[in-house]
Amino acid sequence: MTQQKRKFGFETRMLHAGHIPDPVTGARAVPIYQTTSYVFEDTDKAAQLFELKQYGNIYTRINNPTNAVFEERIASLENGTGAVATASGMAAQFAVFMTLLEPGDEIVSSSHLYGGTKTQFTHTFKKLGVKAHFVDPTDMQAWERAITPKTRALYGETIGNPRGSVLDIEPLAALAHAHNVPLIVDSTFATPYLCRPLDWGADIVVHSATKFIGGHGSSIAGVLIDSGRFDFSSFPTIAAPDPAYHDLKFYETFGHYGFLMKARTVTVRDTGAALSPFNAFLLIQGLETLSVRMERHVQNAQAIAAFLAQHPKVAWVAYAGLPDNPYHALAQKYTPKGPGAVFTFGIKSDNARQAGKTFIESLHLFSHLANVGDARSLVIHPASTTHQQLSDAELEEAGIDAGMIRLSIGLETTEDLLWDLDQALQLT
Amino acid sequence: MGSGPSLAVDVSMNTILSEADRAKYMDPGKIRAALSSTKTIAIVGLSPKPERPSYFVGTYLQYEGYRIIPVNPRATEILGEKAYPDLLSIPHPVDMVNVFRQPEECVEIAQHAVQIGAKTLWLQLRVVNFEAARIAEEAGLTVIMDRCVKIEHGRYSGSLHWVGMNTEIISARRGQRYF
Repeated sequence: MTQQKRKFGFETRMLHAGHIPDPVTGARAVPIYQTTSYVFEDTDKAAQLFELKQYGNIYTRINNPTNAVFEERIASLENGTGAVATASGMAAQFAVFMTLLEPGDEIVSSSHLYGGTKTQFTHTFKKLGVKAHFVDPTDMQAWERAITPKTRALYGETIGNPRGSVLDIEPLAALAHAHNVPLIVDSTFATPYLCRPLDWGADIVVHSATKFIGGHGSSIAGVLIDSGRFDFSSFPTIAAPDPAYHDLKFYETFGHYGFLMKARTVTVRDTGAALSPFNAFLLIQGLETLSVRMERHVQNAQAIAAFLAQHPKVAWVAYAGLPDNPYHALAQKYTPKGPGAVFTFGIKSDNARQAGKTFIESLHLFSHLANVGDARSLVIHPASTTHQQLSDAELEEAGIDAGMIRLSIGLETTEDLLWDLDQALQLT
Repeated sequence: MGSGPSLAVDVSMNTILSEADRAKYMDPGKIRAALSSTKTIAIVGLSPKPERPSYFVGTYLQYEGYRIIPVNPRATEILGEKAYPDLLSIPHPVDMVNVFRQPEECVEIAQHAVQIGAKTLWLQLRVVNFEAARIAEEAGLTVIMDRCVKIEHGRYSGSLHWVGMNTEIISARRGQRYF
């Protein structure tokens, strides 16, 4: 009866985790269950489901069989105990914090963040009575100083947007655990192929699955993954009786998946940012080729960063894959296959803002848009787009160089990308 | 039980057992065989309080078609079934003894499980006692340790997957039909 056991590899799990061909049709590809709701077997079963006494499908705002394949697959790839998919990356991190926090709580976050995250933490959280402290992620003492008795979580990005800093996850997790709070990591730029924060001690990982996970710029989506290892027994929001479920104590009843059950059946149920099953299908398609795409993404990114670093029209390149980058050592530790494919560089010019505009408008292959992690190469010039209302002095204050260009390197022929960047730089 | 016929998977998460002990006490084949052949489950330490984990497990198992026998000296009836103070007081056969008690109580429970002719001794998550396991194994019982019977039933029937859990099951073989 006992059979030899096998630990299956990452690529095998990209293709198989979370999906067993169903007994009735045998469909090999994951079917799209485009349905809002599920017929109950009988009234008893319906009651059992609503009381969380059975696992099952109730309503697609809470769960869906196509979404479940995506959830289990990404949980497997991150070495997590489970996952909850959401309508966007912003919704995923919001769901994590709305599950963990109460008014009066605080979080400590890296300041090297996607701008939308910083805005959510600063302004939306303020409306909910939650205070976010921002610290330089490279300064471990700054993290420690910012922790107060009200702190409920630490937060950072594996590879910070847009300057490409690499988070030192291992000591940060130790610091978080010394204060009995979880470390939450946004690993969007790394994907589980390049870095698995849970393996380094992080407790919860969030992704904008819109980016490299989907990989083709087709769907907005997010996901949160739990290691199942954090002890929530004294964490008020997860351990205390929940009046919405007859005083159910999520941590006591569900243990290692108490946080996930609460995130799904309370937070996402109540806030409503559920993932569309069709988008889940596209994300599953993305995951099936994640490793081969990421290998090519980082290979192109490394070649382009090296090319730009020696280009006469380039002032600086911030890519942790370059040996002289201040985060190179951390990148070798946490992302040995390559620190992603999104990075910034500065154009050398007396009028950097104008040079940036000229550069963008001279490109033929790079798409000018506000996204990263597409199979196609992307470009944006923050000083003339997302931050165009700021003066040069204000840009400097925000840590943005007027000539700073952000690239997201795609899967095109390497030489074509080098050609495009070179010809556009020559025109600046 | 469903979820496809492949059992070549190492279920390794959420356990304090070593790899060798996992192979012994949480083998997927043994677990599926036990859950398939069992009809009656005595739950030692089943609470009458609806918000307790043991109650969740009891009601789940009952709904899945098992007859559950509460073993709790401070209760007379739980989930519509008569409660007994200990295993030895149960007047009819029991297939599986499922334990929600502290590890140090498990040696006596294992001895009782052997005496009443149970076929499986199942100790819940973090209820680990190797002496209890030895006693039951030597009497020919299947022993499962550091696993939740509800989670494992959900894992192999496919329903745990529906709440986004990592079941760790990998198989390209078609799921089974029962009839």
